[in-house]
Amino acid sequence: MATWPILSVTTFLPLVGAVFILLLRGDDDAAKRNARWVALWTTVITFIVSIFLITGFDKGSPGFQFVEDHPWLGGSIRYKLGVDGISLPFVILTTFLMPITIVASWHVEKRVKEYMVLFLLLETLMVGTFSALDIVLFYVFFEGGLIPMFLIIGVWGGARRVYASFKFFLYTLAGSVLMLLAIMAMYYQAGTTDIMKLLTHGFPREMQTWLWLAFFASFAVKLPMWPVHTWLPDAHVEAPTAGSVILAAVLLKMGGYGFLRFSLPMFPLASELFAPMMFFLSVVAIIYTSLVALMQEDIKKLIAYSSVAHMGFVTLGIFTFSNEGVQAGVFQMISHGIVSGALFLCVGVVYDRMHTREIAAYGGLVNRMPIYAAVFMLFTMANCGLPGTSGFVGELLALMAVFKANTWAAVFATTGVILSAAYALWLYRRVVFGALEKDSLKSITDLDRREIAILAPLVILTLLFGFYPAPVLDMSAAAVGNLVAQTKAALMPAKAALLGVQ
Amino acid sequence: MTLSSLMPVLPELIVVIGAMALLMFGVFKGDNSTPLVEFGALVVLAAALVAVLLQPAAPASLFGGSIVVDAFARFFKVLIIIGAAAALIMSAPFWRNHKLNRFEFSVIVLLSVAGMMVMVSARDLISLYLGIELMSLSLYVIAAIDRENVRSTEAGLKYFVLGALSSGMLLYGSSLIYGFTGTVSFTGIAAAAKTPSIGLIFGIVFLFAGLAFKVSAVPFHMWTPDVYEGAPTPVTAFFAAAPKVAAIALFCRVAVTSFPAIASQWQQIIVFVAIASMVLGAFAAIGQKNIKRLMAYSSIGHVGYALVGLAPGTEAGVSSVLIYMSIYLAMTLGTFACIIAMRRDGGQVEEIGELSGLARTQPVMAFILAALMFSLAGIPPLAGFFAKFYVFLAAIQGKFYVLAVIGVLASVVGAYYYLRIVKLMYIDEPVQRFLPMSRPVGAVMLLAGAFTILFFVYPAPLVAAANAAAKSLF
Repeated sequence: MATWPILSVTTFLPLVGAVFILLLRGDDDAAKRNARWVALWTTVITFIVSIFLITGFDKGSPGFQFVEDHPWLGGSIRYKLGVDGISLPFVILTTFLMPITIVASWHVEKRVKEYMVLFLLLETLMVGTFSALDIVLFYVFFEGGLIPMFLIIGVWGGARRVYASFKFFLYTLAGSVLMLLAIMAMYYQAGTTDIMKLLTHGFPREMQTWLWLAFFASFAVKLPMWPVHTWLPDAHVEAPTAGSVILAAVLLKMGGYGFLRFSLPMFPLASELFAPMMFFLSVVAIIYTSLVALMQEDIKKLIAYSSVAHMGFVTLGIFTFSNEGVQAGVFQMISHGIVSGALFLCVGVVYDRMHTREIAAYGGLVNRMPIYAAVFMLFTMANCGLPGTSGFVGELLALMAVFKANTWAAVFATTGVILSAAYALWLYRRVVFGALEKDSLKSITDLDRREIAILAPLVILTLLFGFYPAPVLDMSAAAVGNLVAQTKAALMPAKAALLGVQ
Repeated sequence: MTLSSLMPVLPELIVVIGAMALLMFGVFKGDNSTPLVEFGALVVLAAALVAVLLQPAAPASLFGGSIVVDAFARFFKVLIIIGAAAALIMSAPFWRNHKLNRFEFSVIVLLSVAGMMVMVSARDLISLYLGIELMSLSLYVIAAIDRENVRSTEAGLKYFVLGALSSGMLLYGSSLIYGFTGTVSFTGIAAAAKTPSIGLIFGIVFLFAGLAFKVSAVPFHMWTPDVYEGAPTPVTAFFAAAPKVAAIALFCRVAVTSFPAIASQWQQIIVFVAIASMVLGAFAAIGQKNIKRLMAYSSIGHVGYALVGLAPGTEAGVSSVLIYMSIYLAMTLGTFACIIAMRRDGGQVEEIGELSGLARTQPVMAFILAALMFSLAGIPPLAGFFAKFYVFLAAIQGKFYVLAVIGVLASVVGAYYYLRIVKLMYIDEPVQRFLPMSRPVGAVMLLAGAFTILFFVYPAPLVAAANAAAKSLF
């Protein structure tokens, strides 16, 4: 066990960097350069600190580790942090992606200082969300992330950025305030906001239904699930590249994480009650948004819709209440975080050169950009779940689990895999293959060293997790096993009672 | 009666005697004495603040029980003094810029502070009315302090006419309550009012209507936008801060200590008024172009949220109101400091469009105003979130689920117009710079901004103080 508060350091180190950048004087090129370097070093050091979390983490233990506990709001609302096998992968995902997004934004010239400050602030809030062990503290981090993201989309976004940022903010806020009320009701009922205690509290059946629905309102919007996903394509399309990466790779995962951390273990009866609905919504999301993705003319929008479809597999897996299913959910989220982040970076590469995201404006890129074509190919394949990439593992595990739980859902979801291959390959064919006919593309250059540097780690991880997913699966196994066992145990007496009545 | 028995009202005495002395000084020295009077008023407020803070914790009762000095009263006196002092500090440079040289302003503010201090200490209907009238009459005058300005005089007149009407309702309600319970003391009323009789309920309705007018809750809010817009900006800042806090305090004390046995009767009124205020505050502000009008609707909404905390009538509820008003005070003062700083060569500007691109012309001011806007919208981790958190927590504990759900949804609607100001400052193209901010205004802005942003780091003292203050009512 560590003697220094690793989690607090990981959480608040980026904030320290942000304050430091705020104090930088001037607006000239030197100040911009300083801001970039400070941001990069901060995120790199944060990542290094978070490595200590992996090395010090006891994979065998299902409980929370690195727990820190201090008085905060008075009463039983405390500043309490800790991670278990479910939250740690997300913390690492966040700290791992942040340096990449900073480097990806190296050529942002507009208001660099504010840009870097907001990204660092966002990192603090994201890490805090995943490591909070007090439900009010969780909400503070969860909701606080809206502020930097609103400004990132609004200031550095594309043409319709104002609309997109407002939609993003108000949609997510509307979902979350209901969760806030549910949190208060839980506080009132259980007398504590400590997540560790709430996990074993056992809320009355009637209350679980309402609480579940309130949490669902928030997480479904965040994830996003069909039919409340419409903010996502707008936000993605308008956000700057780095914003899209963070949005797809980390912010969406907060919804899935929320289902795992709260809905399933705290309201098992309600989760079982609503599982058919979740299956239905997930399957609709997978098929419908895949079809919608097929018809998109904007590359980013296409990837955004494909994200919604992939999140459908996550919810499918989670609501099977089985070891494989929940593991699949966690793995699929991590994998999607890497792959979708990488895809948005790939779009960013060509967008930086051509300043358009129209699919029709591209074609034949392979002739001038062979490295890019190869990298983009890999992530496209990962996106449609080709064996050997991380995308395959998550989808396969999820489908296997679903097949046991609900065969029809599995059948329909599997067609989604075919559809995802259809839109992904078609996109790839239209952008990369074909003859290089457009004059504007004749002088396009291949990846430069900076771009290779940011994509290389993602390539390695995608392949590594494709062939050897054990690092993630082992990390989460104990916690997932515990979660599933607890959920099942809570469902047992209810089932027994039901049988007794019959 | 010995002098030492007056010790509990020492802060009030300091303020009143100070106001009289400064008035005499001003009258004899003429308008040149304005800076000295302003400074003197601040000294008086500081002395009163020290006197409040040094008072013993045990509650003390005076004048046959009509005035009580308990933790609740002291908590609000501190807020009132801070609010008034901040308004005075900000007003001095404003008057200089506008060549308005009236020493009376500081004196009248002191008198209204005395009225508010009586209000929060009042424990019978007579001292309640005395306090309210002393405060209100002072406010009518300072609303029209810029007497050559049509808008200012109109604001003063409108405020006076409607205020007189509300005072009438309040008195009528008081007389009914006295008639049906036979006493004016809050504790006496509580003992007598065990069952809701028609006459008593009528009395409560009229009394609460009068109080709702003072806190500008819907449906008695009509004066607010006009008065806020018409009055000179530092005066508006004062209106939005101290008197509102005092009136909410009075509302809490009357409701909780006079009618505990028939709580279900007045709770209906509070619930209706709270919902109406939150919803109207959220929707009506959307169309506003003038930032003072916008803040008027915003304050209507915030009174609605504060009343959500009062609705359950519990100790936790009252405590949440105290927390809410403390944070509201800081946010309001900070926002109005920014509004006062919206000054160009041609004078004060009030259109929200003038804030366009502020993040690039004046980044510090934009940063703080943005933080205040997010805080007013109730986004964590800013102070405004914790304010809303506690009132809704109290509502949930009191099983006022519908009220809470409507409240949070209204806050989402309300977030829209706060976001619009952030969008103007950060996303839109800059227009001309504002003139440099005067130092006192900048100081208020920085302090309020720091409080709002850093509240989450160490919130426990305020929460503990509010809990202790709320306890003294039960």
